Amino acid sequence: MGKLDGKVAVITGAASGIGRASAIRFAGEGAAVVIADLNSEGGEAAVRDCKEHGGRAVFQKTDVASEPEVKGLVDRAVKEFGRLDVIFNNAGLGGAVGTIEEITGDNWDRTLAILLKSVFLGMKYSVPEMRKLGGGSIISTASVAGLAGGRGPHAYSAAKAAVVNLTRSVALEVGKDRIRVNCICPGGINTPLIYNRLPGGRQVGEQFLAQLQAIPRAGHAEDIAAMALFLASDDSEWVTGQAMVVDGGLTAGGRLFGQDQQQRPTIPGGFAGPSFEKN
Amino acid sequence: MGRLDGKAAIITGAASGIGRATAVRFAGEGAAIVIADLNAEGGEASVRDCKENGGRAVFQKTNVALEEEIKAMVARAVKEFGRLDIIYNNAGIGGAVGPLEQITVEDWDRSQAVLLRGVFLGIKHSVPEMRKAGGGSIISTASIAGIRGFNGLHAYCAAKAGVVNLTRSASLEFAKDRIRVNCICPGGINTPILHRNMPGVKEAMEQWMAHGQPIQRAGHPEDIANMALFLASDDSEWVTGQAMVVDGGLTVGSQFLDQTAGGERPQTGIVPQGFMGPSFEK
Repeated sequence: MGKLDGKVAVITGAASGIGRASAIRFAGEGAAVVIADLNSEGGEAAVRDCKEHGGRAVFQKTDVASEPEVKGLVDRAVKEFGRLDVIFNNAGLGGAVGTIEEITGDNWDRTLAILLKSVFLGMKYSVPEMRKLGGGSIISTASVAGLAGGRGPHAYSAAKAAVVNLTRSVALEVGKDRIRVNCICPGGINTPLIYNRLPGGRQVGEQFLAQLQAIPRAGHAEDIAAMALFLASDDSEWVTGQAMVVDGGLTAGGRLFGQDQQQRPTIPGGFAGPSFEKN
Repeated sequence: MGRLDGKAAIITGAASGIGRATAVRFAGEGAAIVIADLNAEGGEASVRDCKENGGRAVFQKTNVALEEEIKAMVARAVKEFGRLDIIYNNAGIGGAVGPLEQITVEDWDRSQAVLLRGVFLGIKHSVPEMRKAGGGSIISTASIAGIRGFNGLHAYCAAKAGVVNLTRSASLEFAKDRIRVNCICPGGINTPILHRNMPGVKEAMEQWMAHGQPIQRAGHPEDIANMALFLASDDSEWVTGQAMVVDGGLTVGSQFLDQTAGGERPQTGIVPQGFMGPSFEK
């Protein structure tokens, strides 16, 4: 018996990385999944992955910053599967990169639209469907960059901190409807969002990210998928408003004097778009 | 297939409440369990519960504040089951309560010995066995009283904050050994530590506690057992140093002005719906 038997989930950014790993995990636990992404090729591949794991899945091409498209996404879930129990607002990008003076107003706005407005829209349109069912679980991907400075670009850090606190304020509002609202703060996860932009790719990402935190291995998309499954399942029925940190110990603390020297690969500046775009 | 198949776990304070619910949950997922508690009668009952759920279990009478007894408890796990993969340092008491000036040093020390020294000892003596197993998971029961202040619970608040930060510092030390260290911060859970098994009190507490947080039901030991299972299982392989809050939203925040956490919005009209512009606009 699966932990999500009979449940319907929407996962944004599910064509790759954390979203795709979560879709596969959810499908293996019996959920029907709507794969939402801008990347159709990866999205259709994720649908095939879900089916191989015994689940039902459909792809819906979605720009999470667009209100009509997010509304269309929720409608698709209800049309295909008759209900909506879980939404995982996961789609993301690096966004505006560089010093505060270098960031253009336009790149700032684009970043916040994709990282923050998208989460607002996902919550706004899924809550009515979850109310009809007498409850549900809203999950969003925040970041350890949302908990302190220095762990990501400025716009990304600001947007992710906003996701953490939007999670809290909405949790208070919809608790009475038995809708739980939580987010996950991943540390350094070796996904295409990161390794597509690293010289040397996935393997260099694996080595570099292994040095960042107490547990000496890079984070994997499956680590976040496991937490998303916990939050999606009834096992977390009394958990709400939380920012669950899955970071191999990165934020647990560090050495008082003298950090270990790490070899940091150079990441190009500018604007880091979605993972499926090539530079 | 169980999520803890082949693993051996120690759970302290497992004769009742959170510890007992966790033991039953772990047993159902295939773990072999040492039930540790001062309460022998409840402990033996927990052993029976575990066996009914298809697991193996033994009772070890243990005072968690005593180093010799913690050592014996760990040795018992290894003797019975050949290994130790998980320890859940859960045993607790309310401890010294009331106004700070009235707390005696003796009551302060007793509180810290059970709530904080008990966790230190559990970590200290389980780590060598987990290293032999190539990794492990250490879980402790902290509290939302370890991340917020609560009037009249001074010793408890201090001890639980100690558990939260000991979790963090220990996680850094043992990560290289693949030993993960996390704690759980429960909110208001309706357990015997509160209702004392007095007739009718459990039911009355259930109703009263339902209104204590945004999710409008009392917390149950099973809510914490579910989180403990996640932390004990390989699903949390990259989670360490964390204080996982399971509180129905109690510490998430409080609603400002005319909104009530988890309740209906009173119609005071102080905050309009729509959009609030700058203050100079009418």
